[in-house]
Amino acid sequence: MNIELNGKIYEVEPGQTILEAARSHGVYIPTLCYHAKTGGVGKCRVCVVEVEGMRGIVTACTVQVGEDMKIVTESPSLRKHRKMVVDLLLSAGHHDCLSCAQCGNCELQDVAYSLGLTHPSFPQPERKPEDLSSEFLVFDETKCIQCGRCIQGDNCTVINDTLGFAYRGADTKVSFDHDLPIGSSSCVQCGECVQLCPTGALTDKKARGLGRNWELEKVNTTCPYCGVGCQMTLHVDRKQNRIVRVTGREDAFNEGMLCVKGRYGYDFPSSPKRLTHPMIRKNGVLEQVSWEEALDYTATRIKEIVDRDGPDVFSAFGSGRITNENNYAIQKFTRAVIGTNNVDHCART
Amino acid sequence: MTNSIRELEDAKVIFVIGSNMTEAHPVISYYVKRAVQKGAILIVNDPRRIDLVNWATMHIQHKVGTDVAYINGLMHEIFANGWAKEEYLRECTENPEVIREVAAAYPLERASAICEVPIEQMKEVARILGEAEAVSVCYTLGITEHICGTDNVKTLANLQMVLGNIGKRSAGLNPLRGQNNVQGACDMGALPDVFHNYQPVANPEVSAKIAKAWGVDKLPTKPGYKKPTIIDKALDGGTKILYCVGDNAVQSDPHMAHTIRAMQSLELFIVCDIFPNITTPYAHVIFPDTSWAEEDGTFSNTERRMQRVRKVLTPPGEARPHWWVLQELGKRLGKDLGFTSANAIWEDMRSSSTGFAGITWERIHQYGLQWPCPTLQHPGTPFLHAQGRFSRGKGLFHAVEWIPPAEWADEEYPFVLSTGRRLWHYHTRTQTGNVAGLEAIFPEELLEINPEDAEKLGISSGDMVRVSSRRGSIEVKAWVTDRSPRGVCWCAFHFEDACANVLTNNAFDPVTETAEYKVSAVKIKKISDGVGWDTPIRRQARP
Repeated sequence: MNIELNGKIYEVEPGQTILEAARSHGVYIPTLCYHAKTGGVGKCRVCVVEVEGMRGIVTACTVQVGEDMKIVTESPSLRKHRKMVVDLLLSAGHHDCLSCAQCGNCELQDVAYSLGLTHPSFPQPERKPEDLSSEFLVFDETKCIQCGRCIQGDNCTVINDTLGFAYRGADTKVSFDHDLPIGSSSCVQCGECVQLCPTGALTDKKARGLGRNWELEKVNTTCPYCGVGCQMTLHVDRKQNRIVRVTGREDAFNEGMLCVKGRYGYDFPSSPKRLTHPMIRKNGVLEQVSWEEALDYTATRIKEIVDRDGPDVFSAFGSGRITNENNYAIQKFTRAVIGTNNVDHCART
Repeated sequence: MTNSIRELEDAKVIFVIGSNMTEAHPVISYYVKRAVQKGAILIVNDPRRIDLVNWATMHIQHKVGTDVAYINGLMHEIFANGWAKEEYLRECTENPEVIREVAAAYPLERASAICEVPIEQMKEVARILGEAEAVSVCYTLGITEHICGTDNVKTLANLQMVLGNIGKRSAGLNPLRGQNNVQGACDMGALPDVFHNYQPVANPEVSAKIAKAWGVDKLPTKPGYKKPTIIDKALDGGTKILYCVGDNAVQSDPHMAHTIRAMQSLELFIVCDIFPNITTPYAHVIFPDTSWAEEDGTFSNTERRMQRVRKVLTPPGEARPHWWVLQELGKRLGKDLGFTSANAIWEDMRSSSTGFAGITWERIHQYGLQWPCPTLQHPGTPFLHAQGRFSRGKGLFHAVEWIPPAEWADEEYPFVLSTGRRLWHYHTRTQTGNVAGLEAIFPEELLEINPEDAEKLGISSGDMVRVSSRRGSIEVKAWVTDRSPRGVCWCAFHFEDACANVLTNNAFDPVTETAEYKVSAVKIKKISDGVGWDTPIRRQARP
């Protein structure tokens, strides 16, 4: 099927929305409430476009493409409309970009920037305190634009049934259970809502102040917890040698979803309690030694005992926690160097 | 898993047994809950009222340790109503007469008497399974951690073959593997009877092939000992050296006192780990290991997908990747193992495996690949045994009879203790115990106990109780909750000072030597009043 987008002809899939069709061809239509995972809900009214033959302006995220549909995504009147919508959103809260954790990674900031909005032009409401009651999530109501992505994600993506809109009219807000503090609610802190939030309303508590988005190196890896093996992106501060935050990879089989351990259990490598040096027991006490001494001692002792009693008195445990390469290495060592098949791991225990 | 995680979302019927997935495998539970939202029927079979029950169509609370009788009873009903997939049995299985005979011996009256599931409920479950186009079965350690764990798995395989559910999308038999790379440890041959890619050590041709690849004259062909035997043998001098990597065995193995005695008997105990734990004090040598974020490599997940792990941090102090340690020891013992980098090790592995031969680090740079993947062009295998064509040829039924657990509640030890995992912690807490936040959410172990049992014992939430088995006793705070059925209490092994494994029974499945963690007889005694707490009803596995 063909459509005409800003005067150019594009081939699109029937059933796509105008927004999806435009995105698939790299045509930018600003939007705040749409996310590929949570779908188009037509709430924020930022993605408005003009369609020939349709009355007024329509939201690109809710209208499906039609054969030979003629669509305009940029015009002075659309820009004026979008500016007003975003101005109202900015004015309804306090989007302190200077200190906001999402700065540089904020869809509202991007839209305001692209529309040239410098400041909210309407009176702003009173500030409200952030919800700091949970261990891992921060909710700042004044930065919430009520796009509903977090609620959609919580109820339809990870399905924990905790989030919803509470109250009516101007009092409407995102609430955890029946408007409980997050820390007292049934929230399992999987962080899906943080990942979906287009503004700085929902952010990661542990990452606060530890690094701007653009300063952190992004590296893809696999989660170190259960056997699901979720794909994640580590946001790393190389200079400080620490992981600052973790996000789920939307393009992998886990669709960006993680659990509380995967998303927030990343700081154990930096613990001061780590084992840092080889040790040998001397006169009953474990003492720090050099690698050379530890390896020489171990090899000598293994050789003595195996020469005396045969290879089958040697056993090795690999592990369900270490890499494939390390597990392969230990089976090869046990079989090829020692000469026994006594190698196993914790799958049974 | 025979099938893939994402396929669960499109399943029409999901049969979950012995799997507390919202806590132990949360992301898989998201897909299961999504399937329910799309209209799937979810049957949760678990003695405990786990969180997933909140989304279930039916919750079957069979008695702990009666899975075989329950499933055999279901199969009886399935055959009796003509719901068995006869064409599949004929075309795709070798010995369907075996399963007819077994099922015939478990009429509902008998099965129900053993598993304590009402006959009407069993009929309803059998009908749902029998009439379904496809059923996906998910199980975890609730199935395997019994003296009859192998039998339990075989029985589920029997059920899925009777229903013709092996070899198609959104169906299959799906064990959810517990640790990040427990699948990989098996894939890589950290097992006493097989090399990497499950090539048997006892097969002379395989042995000769691997010996040639590794540049050694010959390799031992007698299968080695399994982990519990290795530990037992330390006590009679059969095991003198134990080389232990990433395994806090004192805390994770059953009957802690027994494990400690074994560790103390070793002549040379080498431990390689990232943190001190309750096993390291028994070591003669400690090697500091690199953590998951400090080295390159791969993990295999529960759906057989091999995926990259990447180094992003500099390891602390002198910590080194484990393969480097083995390379250095090998040199000192007269053998250059050729471990020059993790990728070199992968290529070494790949060159003598068939099922992983098509998986290179380049190919899995962005997305993982699911084995079998025999060639560099092969796209990987989302589900096994397609169209009911089994890897071994035809599906084989095993005749399985129910046997009772090794230990059961009696006058002296009137409760059954079961164990498992909590959302907020992982295994022996070496990782999560060093994560800011998780410790604050769940700082100490709790004994879950049914309200009726608690009332009889005069126990309220927050009271300290002493739980004792024939093997030891722990002091732990009580949590009175209907998550536990009457007569069953539950606690995890995450915390070293109130650890279920002081109590658990070192009775093992004869084939896999997996311990019966799920059933130990215990007694409970209140020792002091606690502060108590309000228990609002919350689905998050914490009081």
